[in-house]
Amino acid sequence: MGNDAHTPDAAASVDFEQVQSTEQFQELRKRHRSFVFPMAIAFLLWYFAYVLLADYAVGFMSTKVWGNINVGLILGLLQFVSTFAITSWYVSYSNRRLDPIAAEIRDEIEGHEFDKDGNRVGGVNK
Amino acid sequence: MIGIATAVDVAALKDTTLLNMGVFGLFVAVTMVIVFRASRNNKTAADYYAAGRSFTGSQNGTAIAGDYLSAASFLGITGAIAINGYDGFMYSIGFLVAWLVALLLVAELLRNTGKFTMADVLSFRLRQRPVRIAAAISTLVVCFFYLLAQMAGAGSLVSLLLGISDWGGQALVIIVVGGLMIMYVLIGGMKGTTWVQIIKAVLLIAGAAVMTLWVLAIYGFNLSSLLGAAVETANNPAVLNPGLQYGKTETSKLDFMSLGLALVLGTAALPHVLMRFYTVPTAKEARKSVVWAIWLIGLFYLFTLVLGYGAAALVGPETIRTAPGGVNAAAPLLAFYLGGPLLLGFISAVAFATILAVVAGLTITAAASFAHDIYASVISKGKADADTEVKVARRTVVVIGILAILGGILANGQNVAFLVALAFAVAASANLPTIVYSLFWRKFTTQGAVWSMYGGLGAAIVLIIFSPVVSGGATSMIKDANFAIFPLSNPGIVSIPLAFFLGWLGTVLDKRREDTAKQAEMEVRSLTGVGAEKAVNH
Repeated sequence: MGNDAHTPDAAASVDFEQVQSTEQFQELRKRHRSFVFPMAIAFLLWYFAYVLLADYAVGFMSTKVWGNINVGLILGLLQFVSTFAITSWYVSYSNRRLDPIAAEIRDEIEGHEFDKDGNRVGGVNK
Repeated sequence: MIGIATAVDVAALKDTTLLNMGVFGLFVAVTMVIVFRASRNNKTAADYYAAGRSFTGSQNGTAIAGDYLSAASFLGITGAIAINGYDGFMYSIGFLVAWLVALLLVAELLRNTGKFTMADVLSFRLRQRPVRIAAAISTLVVCFFYLLAQMAGAGSLVSLLLGISDWGGQALVIIVVGGLMIMYVLIGGMKGTTWVQIIKAVLLIAGAAVMTLWVLAIYGFNLSSLLGAAVETANNPAVLNPGLQYGKTETSKLDFMSLGLALVLGTAALPHVLMRFYTVPTAKEARKSVVWAIWLIGLFYLFTLVLGYGAAALVGPETIRTAPGGVNAAAPLLAFYLGGPLLLGFISAVAFATILAVVAGLTITAAASFAHDIYASVISKGKADADTEVKVARRTVVVIGILAILGGILANGQNVAFLVALAFAVAASANLPTIVYSLFWRKFTTQGAVWSMYGGLGAAIVLIIFSPVVSGGATSMIKDANFAIFPLSNPGIVSIPLAFFLGWLGTVLDKRREDTAKQAEMEVRSLTGVGAEKAVNH
């Protein structure tokens, strides 16, 4: 493989292309991407909208809402709120939708690779 | 207004030097004892670099917060808000939101595929040698820029504490900091460094919390009154509005965009932050540690808003600007105003330890990168034993320590948060495209990685050299010359898109195809954690 540093014994003889093509793995991949990609795009858009407003809509951002607290400060603090919210959302999504299926696939692969004493069974999947 | 401003007698600070230094010395002594105790178990390379992968998510999350909340966050942001008002708050927001990139796209996948360094992941399914060398070089450069900023912070802080304003005295201070740092890393390795980060993060957040509550109490826990007082002291209602620093011209507005881009994309590409994901046993713990870090860091950045405007209101921008240490002295001056020499001593000690610990974390990352990626994998082609590798790492620490000292002396006097933002721009340009592509783009090739890394790194560095940061400005590194032909002080808006483009172009033009089996392995492992490095038991 030419890459000894990354190939601990546990995964040395697994046919990863076969695992990759299983329905189960494709499902995991789909669940992961269908959450992280839209979410990443959403928070980046919201962040850059904020930066652009602060940069080019100074008048709007300087509008006082309550006492000395202006729109800019409120939008800035909302960036904090959205960051905390997305963090919590991702954690609960991972726990519910990603971790169980990832653990299943992992057990399956590692189960095939080792006998009950933990010794490697050579090349069963090859 | 004048009455408030003169309430902070900068000259009187000198009288409290002994107290400051006493508190600081005590802190250093305590942490050294902890480092010694923690390092007794440093047996293997995994111990030295990745702390035996034995930290829990919350411990590691606190350490990440410790790594991340450097002098830039405490001294730099507080100073930036105190002087530039709302524009300084941008740093807090960018530095925090950036964590979502790390959480969603990078942290767990990286933990599952790597071993010690960023290059492990980047070269996983590409050709080892070229990618590893490129990743190691960019790691060294990013760490160097980050170190510059920390050293500049150390210079500002201590020149304020000791009242040293001459160049030679500050240089001597930086040399002492560098010496301490080298000792920390040589003795403690990652385990010792992680404990220092944890202790320091707790103290820093606690100290900032006390100061925040104190400032708020002065204004009857009414944020609006605090802001009003800041306007009154500064005699400028614009401190509450965006644009005070960056709104002057179209070029400076573009600079603000560039800064915003670099801040949000930089974090997930910082080698010393990435390396922290390896000190936990599983990807789940890596996720936990990022979540924990996000809460701590977010909380801290909320404090900086109050501290920054508090310093503006109670100390005053003019006093801050003219104090030894300049803009970076806002937080310590606020501490002095609130709690006199005792609080100043405590806060300074924490800030000082912050710099020391962050520098240690950066140095160990750079050392690991050189020893593991260049020495062990490229120079000795994987034949070096772990002992030799650790020995090379230790020697690299000494060399990097010396470079950091020299760089720190040069960068002294600039805002620390601004200098760190340069490191963010370099990291986002050199590393982020390759990290994202190799994790998510099946067709990505070695040529794409190499073009993107060298192109992004080169563009960022060249643009910085020809920017007002290095020459032609009042706070430039070289004040007497002017070759600043690039008008923006942050290169991100040019170099980051360029690096993404080069990664794509290099890939589509590459005639070689990468190993599909390796791609499959990387994808399966990154998502499931199969065969990931386990904790080392002692």
